[in-house]
Amino acid sequence: MAQKVIEPETRKLVCNKCQQEMAMAEVSATYLGANFEIELMKCPSCGLVYVPDSLATGKMEQLELSLEDK
Amino acid sequence: MLMDRQRVRDRENQCIQEQPPTCTATCPIHVDARGMIDSIRKQDFSAAFAIFNRFVPYPRIISRICDHPCQGECRRNEVGGTIQINALERAAVDYSTKRAGGVTFSSRKSQRIAVVGSGLSSLTVAYDLASKGFQVVLFEAADRLAGHLRELGEDRLPQQAIDDDLAVLKDLSIEVRLNARVGEGAGAAASLSALTEEFDAVYLGVGPDGAAAFAHELALNEDGRIAIDSLTFATSNPKVFAGGSQRYAPAAFSPITSMYDGRYAVLSIERLFQKASLSANREQQGAYQTKLFTSLKGIAPAGAILMAAPEQGYSREEAIAEAERCIHCECLECVKVCEYLAAYKSYPKRYIRDLYNNYSIVLGMHLANKLLNSCAMCGLCGTVCPEKLDMGDYIREVRQATVEINKMPPSVHAFALRDMEFSTGEQFTLARHQPGHDASSYVFYPGCQLSASSPGQVFQIYGHLQQKLEGGVGLMLGCCGAPADWSGRENLFKETIAAVQKQWQGLGSPRVITACSSCYRAFKNFSPAMPIESLWTVLDQVGLPASATPRAARTVAIHDACATRHDNGVQDSVRHLLEKLGVQVAELEDNRSLTTCCGYGGLMSFGNAEVAQKVIDRRIHESEADYLTYCAMCRDNFAGKGKRSYHLLDLICGSGEDDPARKGPGYSQRHENRAKLKTRLLREVWGENVADEKEPFELIITPEVAQLMEKRMIMVEDMRKVIAHAESTDEKILDTTTGRFLAAFRPVSVTYWVEYSVEGTKIVAYDVYSHRMEVS
Repeated sequence: MAQKVIEPETRKLVCNKCQQEMAMAEVSATYLGANFEIELMKCPSCGLVYVPDSLATGKMEQLELSLEDK
Repeated sequence: MLMDRQRVRDRENQCIQEQPPTCTATCPIHVDARGMIDSIRKQDFSAAFAIFNRFVPYPRIISRICDHPCQGECRRNEVGGTIQINALERAAVDYSTKRAGGVTFSSRKSQRIAVVGSGLSSLTVAYDLASKGFQVVLFEAADRLAGHLRELGEDRLPQQAIDDDLAVLKDLSIEVRLNARVGEGAGAAASLSALTEEFDAVYLGVGPDGAAAFAHELALNEDGRIAIDSLTFATSNPKVFAGGSQRYAPAAFSPITSMYDGRYAVLSIERLFQKASLSANREQQGAYQTKLFTSLKGIAPAGAILMAAPEQGYSREEAIAEAERCIHCECLECVKVCEYLAAYKSYPKRYIRDLYNNYSIVLGMHLANKLLNSCAMCGLCGTVCPEKLDMGDYIREVRQATVEINKMPPSVHAFALRDMEFSTGEQFTLARHQPGHDASSYVFYPGCQLSASSPGQVFQIYGHLQQKLEGGVGLMLGCCGAPADWSGRENLFKETIAAVQKQWQGLGSPRVITACSSCYRAFKNFSPAMPIESLWTVLDQVGLPASATPRAARTVAIHDACATRHDNGVQDSVRHLLEKLGVQVAELEDNRSLTTCCGYGGLMSFGNAEVAQKVIDRRIHESEADYLTYCAMCRDNFAGKGKRSYHLLDLICGSGEDDPARKGPGYSQRHENRAKLKTRLLREVWGENVADEKEPFELIITPEVAQLMEKRMIMVEDMRKVIAHAESTDEKILDTTTGRFLAAFRPVSVTYWVEYSVEGTKIVAYDVYSHRMEVS
């Protein structure tokens, strides 16, 4: 099951290309051969995923660094 | 190259921190006096006693009568007077609240040993063998044990102390036979030959005059005493060992020597049972010269604490005060001068092992990666080390080996290597003869960082060199490859150096004038065919430009560049130039070969920003004076932390790029400065028509975003790529609450995100960040 790693998005985000509102969905995150299922905002049409600043510079960075030490 | 275990071990052994202090090395049985005294300093007399008792089976006796050779070699003697170690041993015994010794029992063994005599050597043999599980029978001719010790007098050695210590014999189930003389004739309890029949081994501790009884059974020496091997304590009978004053007479009674004889005779007895060589590997038996180095710098002289009542020994308070005088001999010369080595709370011997283990680990976390990537490789440790152990050399080897097995964390050096890629790429590299010349006697190599920090000064000084030097002064822009070397990318470094060499050969192999100490070092060490001179040496010879008018600058303190710490000529030239400029110089205490890194070397700031920060902090607080550097990164790093710092060219060029308080350019600006320097040189020196590169859109970067870019190491070119990609493909997300776009782009292995808005023809950036994880 995908992990919830971010606070629920309060902003209304729209995929500009598809003009579709983005919604929380299960996405796959990969680094150095390790795979994770996480929930992030995703365009239901084209699959464009949004990675917020707080995740990229927080938990995701920590995870990257610990995978690099494996 | 993969790591060689033996080389690692050799390096470990080069570190002398774990060598014993002189007191321990001089003590024949190597009592940990330093550890014992540390415990007294902490007012823990019981712990002190436990340490003492771990080495000395009869602590009450030895603490009162030891002839303490340790004190003769004590380093405190050079600053006030030797530590009263023996008196502190007595204090440990007297004030310990735990009376029991540390008797440990091993599994019971079948061999039986007869110990003859009950002096200190015999008592030690009995104790050591019994605590190892052997069965011991002690033969004493008199009706009481330790007769000789009992004659030393109540003042010197109270009977009670002897009795208390000898109680341990019972604890160890040693069978004591009194009135049991061993020898020949009537009244003897047993002959030596009978003992050798009955027992597996015999030890004779028969005092200085006890040889006669064994003259028929053992070989004697020319003095008429039993012939005893001074290393193994063997006699002419392979089952019989002997020691104590019988061995070392006519020298005076030495309690610690007797104990030593007993202890190492036991080693031989064990080897006899194991059928092992008696004499092998006994180099560090007894007193020896330690390799430990201990600096006495900064230690205030202080004489021994006197006893208010000498017959009672030290009081608790006196003992603690005396223990406080102990300088706790240890080396740590490198750790004292290096924030990196200090940060991990240990010393090279341990680090070398930890780093090797980190490299060899197959499964599990590489917990020492940070230790690996935090070193500045500046060479200071190797300079101050009494054994010249240079951690930087080792770190380079481990980094190279780690890269080779593909275990170097990808993110650590990626940014620095990209920066290097820029400096070795088309936008910066250049190799030309001086205009109007088809040959070069010299080539000026300013380096990538000076070109990024002060491109105007590079331009100006190149003009000056052309005027002053005959035979044509060519110019080469590029990077020496130092970041590849530091990051363990051995092949990339070799390729980079080779590319520089090729350009240099293309110019006819002229003399190379470098403005950067790292380039100077890289070429000198790794491209020995290139004749290298420092810009400072050349300027000292040819004279300064007219712009270098003497100025009444404040006194400056010189921060020497670490890469040229051993190049006195370069350092002297810098000082000559300052003299010519009329600048007053205050030398830092740690100057020239003892200079420190500025926090950039070894890419330490990328591996461990926290330690790099400490390195800079320590250095910039060494003097109130403005600093004078001759390396662009040193200046920018110091100024970046608020330390007013000049680059030597600031004073020479006087071109407006010379405010010592100015901050260095950010990462993106550094690229731009290099590229613009090349363009300017091509246009103004070589008269070429170079078109300006037009950016497709204007990007507004607020100071807040600029700060984020520095912190997160994101270049403006990466942001432009994100926006260009988003605008051309429409792959962007609209935040309906702000009306701004969120877009990402992944050129190679990093995804960059920009939050921006489109304002007419301009783009305004609000946020920028990146991640390496791929998300889909």
